Amino acid sequence: MSKATATRARPLSPHLTIYRWPVTMTVSILHRVTGGALYFGTLLVAWWLIAAATSESHFNMVNGVFGSWFGRLVLFGYTWALIHHMLGGIRHLIWDTGAGLEKHTASKFGWANIAVAIVLTVLVWIAGYAARGF
Amino acid sequence: MSDMRTPLARVRGLGSAREGTGHFWAQRLTAIALIPLVIFFLGFLISLNGADFITVRAALANPFVGLMFLLMVVAGLYHMRLGMHVIIEDYIHSEGGKIALIILNTFFAIAVGVAAVFALVKLAFGG
Repeated sequence: MSKATATRARPLSPHLTIYRWPVTMTVSILHRVTGGALYFGTLLVAWWLIAAATSESHFNMVNGVFGSWFGRLVLFGYTWALIHHMLGGIRHLIWDTGAGLEKHTASKFGWANIAVAIVLTVLVWIAGYAARGF
Repeated sequence: MSDMRTPLARVRGLGSAREGTGHFWAQRLTAIALIPLVIFFLGFLISLNGADFITVRAALANPFVGLMFLLMVVAGLYHMRLGMHVIIEDYIHSEGGKIALIILNTFFAIAVGVAAVFALVKLAFGG
């Protein structure tokens, strides 16, 4: 009954190629991408917790992996994804109240999301290095 | 036009998917909970950056830290499972593949969650 019976492809919206790319689209895509990345990032958190609960050698091994240049790159990306997604979530929670949906306000939210996420990520890493005495 | 729904369906108000706003609500609830939990998580990691095995274990064994971590893991995995569910529904169009991934999604969230909770409980109880 609900089976689609279209015999030819339905027309698709041309919005992706025709309209000027709005910042709200960028942050919308980034919100989903960072959410997907954080999904797999939980493996890193779980691995670290398990290492701490297992043995000193395992913990040092995990710390070694996380502390390598590649590990730091991944963790820096993880920090950014976490902060960007959290700010994006706050943006959505504000919209849920009905506020901030006007076009220019929404664009400002988008730019603020991008900028504040980068600034906070850098600040978190500066604070992290300060905590261990650089 | 007259309402074609049965009186029972109207009273339940759950729509054709039979879950109403459950997904939306749980997603928002966990999102709100995660804001303070993630801020705590970031602060905790900053303060422990470069710390050795003994220090990290002692910090994670603290009851407050352990509880905050447990809440974050449970809320976080629930939240991400809901999010991935929508991503799968949006992009996977074959019925079999969609169902398989939705099952794997739950398995993944529970496996990661159980592993993390086990580690936290072990640390809290001095193991």
